[in-house]
Amino acid sequence: MSDTLLKVRDLKIGATIYPPGERPRDIEIVHGVSFDLAPGKVLGLIGESGAGKSTIGLASMAYGRGGVKITGGEVWVNGRDILKGGHKDIRKLRGAEVTYVSQSAAASFNPAKKIMDQVVEAAVEQKKFSRKDAEARARVLFAKLGLPDPDNIGERYPHQVSGGQLQRCMTALALCPEPDLVVFDEPTTALDVTTQIDVLMAIKEAIRDTGVAALYITHDLAVVAQVSDDIMVLRMGNTVEYGNVDQIINNPQEEYTKALVSVRSIEHEEKAPTEEPVLSVRNITARYKGTQFDVLHNVNVDLYPGQTLAVVGESGSGKSTLARVITGLLPPREGEIEFAGRTLSPDLKGRTREDLRELQMIYQMADVAMNPRQTVGTIIGRPLEFYFGMRGAEKKKRIIELLDEIELGEKFMDRYPAELSGGQKQRVCIARSLAAKPKMIICDEVTSALDPLVADGILKLLLDLQKIEDVAYLFITHDLATVRAISDNIAVMYQGKVQRYGGKSKVLSPPFDDYTDLLLSSVPEMKLGWLEEVIAHRKMESAGN
Amino acid sequence: MSPIVKLLAQRIALSLLLLLLISVVIFAGTIVLPGDVAQSILGQSATPEALANLRAELGVNDPPVQRYFAWLFGAMQGDLGTALTSGQDIAQALSSRFWNTLFLAFWAAVVAVPLAIFLGLLAVRFKDRWPDKMISAVTLASISIPEFLIGYVLMYFIAVKLRWFPSVAMVNDSMGLFDKLNAIALPIAVLTLVVLAHMMRMTRAAILNVMQSAYIETAELKGLNAFQVIYRHAFPNAIAPIVNVVMLNLAYLVVGVVVIEVVFVYPGMGQYLVDHVSKRDVPVVQACGLIFAAVYIGLNMIADIVAILSNPRLRHPK
Repeated sequence: MSDTLLKVRDLKIGATIYPPGERPRDIEIVHGVSFDLAPGKVLGLIGESGAGKSTIGLASMAYGRGGVKITGGEVWVNGRDILKGGHKDIRKLRGAEVTYVSQSAAASFNPAKKIMDQVVEAAVEQKKFSRKDAEARARVLFAKLGLPDPDNIGERYPHQVSGGQLQRCMTALALCPEPDLVVFDEPTTALDVTTQIDVLMAIKEAIRDTGVAALYITHDLAVVAQVSDDIMVLRMGNTVEYGNVDQIINNPQEEYTKALVSVRSIEHEEKAPTEEPVLSVRNITARYKGTQFDVLHNVNVDLYPGQTLAVVGESGSGKSTLARVITGLLPPREGEIEFAGRTLSPDLKGRTREDLRELQMIYQMADVAMNPRQTVGTIIGRPLEFYFGMRGAEKKKRIIELLDEIELGEKFMDRYPAELSGGQKQRVCIARSLAAKPKMIICDEVTSALDPLVADGILKLLLDLQKIEDVAYLFITHDLATVRAISDNIAVMYQGKVQRYGGKSKVLSPPFDDYTDLLLSSVPEMKLGWLEEVIAHRKMESAGN
Repeated sequence: MSPIVKLLAQRIALSLLLLLLISVVIFAGTIVLPGDVAQSILGQSATPEALANLRAELGVNDPPVQRYFAWLFGAMQGDLGTALTSGQDIAQALSSRFWNTLFLAFWAAVVAVPLAIFLGLLAVRFKDRWPDKMISAVTLASISIPEFLIGYVLMYFIAVKLRWFPSVAMVNDSMGLFDKLNAIALPIAVLTLVVLAHMMRMTRAAILNVMQSAYIETAELKGLNAFQVIYRHAFPNAIAPIVNVVMLNLAYLVVGVVVIEVVFVYPGMGQYLVDHVSKRDVPVVQACGLIFAAVYIGLNMIADIVAILSNPRLRHPK
């Protein structure tokens, strides 16, 4: 084996795009990237969406997703330029020398086949192991990755195990054929933060124990700092900075890298509750139709005018259900919602137009929350017509005002959602909800689908708008950094209950309850060795108990 | 009770209910039809007294509800009544013809279903290349031409000019299997051409839809070749829609072969039905309608059951 396992030289990758109303044309999305990876080492590829990091990862398996084509350069694996090989050579490489772990294991496992069949398939097909040996190896890997009941979990179907377990099964799938290189493509991004830390540790130990090399792709610098030896920062298909992990994290040279390292720099002073709350959630217990158990248990929270209440929790904690109850989409079994001094009808049908106007909502997926066939002007103008009966010049003037408030400006009026970036779309959604002049906006994971720097911009905008419009936010999120950045009050939710509730400084200061402690300590920090520290700390604590 | 058993029981109960409703519709439909069976038996010169006597004898004067239940209970016990025109027992007369129709449909399905699925897989493998386009073009052309025309064209070239197969598909019980198949080769060919396009295109669409999934990418990145990816990973997840369209076409093969049976003078149910419609023989029409409905509902029920069983989430609950 040579000194470098993977050698990439001047890699260029192109794609064909189909702009609406124009001829399809070829564009270049990766512009000559070079790097080396030695056996057993981990290289982190980091960047925002569109940086080309996944595309580069897949290129090391000579694979182009969709219409993506490798147009130039060299990719050497184990001393062979894989781009010069034919179909057969490439098939021998995939699943044998290089394997892949995708972001969503839930989507990447075939729902119709048992986990074991899928985990051993590549190893058997590539004649690395007999079926029997491959299964034995898979069971060893299941145990190593900390999966429960490693001897039998392979007999299950993908839907029968949890998301975090499935992500570990995917790692076992990638490691089973004893590859030289594993491409990890955002393997923990879709997981809850408390699950992420375990999977991250399992992956790190598996890499160390098997001596496999890895390309670790993520947008989260704090995560990549825990597992990598080297880091390459990418932006729009170019290398921004490439160096060892210590240098990138502690001594970044480029402006862009510095911005990534210092992201989430928003400071927001906690405001004390003064007036009567604008929203009072009183003893809410709720369940979904046709189910037998409550998803919310006796929830009580208050939101004060012009302030932000962050509702934080992991998937399944009931935070989005709370939003459905407040908006009237899910009438509660018990309890009531007081809003602006009146008791709201539990059912959406019983609410007045004024109720609807004063309580607006912004969603996670901005692009599906807008009609793709309407211009930005029409989208923002609709609530102006509907609630205030505005027409013509008056409406146009207000639309332009709103566009200025969200820092886009008049020129965006005639554009369609498809012509906007993710952050711009979310801004339009914000303007649409502000157009109704609401007392309160429910923000449901509004920054979760955005890149960190873009999300930062959206949060800053929301805080500025809060000062101008004096609107209250109920901010639903799973991201504790976001919570720190914008909230005045915090409600930590766990299994349908409010676990901890109060002012930001109080909620985020010790002494903690067990769950909040687990949640807070699981958020990756931009610090080398953080992962080991946390795991060691937890082991010590559990030994102490 | 496990959810899957409950679902299956619901689906079967629904089918039975549907069949009951259809029986009402068939019965009601046939009694509001214009025409008088007594008139068509006795001819235009019959006296009013003779007509009235015959009507009383045939029982067409009884209240409809009473006649419906008598008919329904009879049908449930396998007694479909007697043909008014010939006095024959309908169940007996139908059974050999029903088996003939099933025989033709079965062999047409044996040819058409695997061929359609294979062509569908082939079209996916060579998507947007010439094999895909050629398969699409040929099957579309064959579905667009009326089936009787295909029937006559095949008859002219293959039976008359080339003399490979007989033009008239006469079968009887004394013939061996090979002779029978030889006799029905042309109807099978026509039926295959008619149902092929629909099934093939649905197979193609269903698999292409599955091919967009992330797990197909996983399979490709395991180094599997294109056919392994399609039949191991895409096909098992496309079974439900494929079985659905296959069953729909099987139902068409049984129910819709009237034209083909007439063209090839094949002694099946379709021809029998057509004969008796023209004679206003209501019990025969009712019996044929009920059997066709049962076949249609039954096959679609099987499709739904296969779809339920092919869903791993239902088969293996958490």
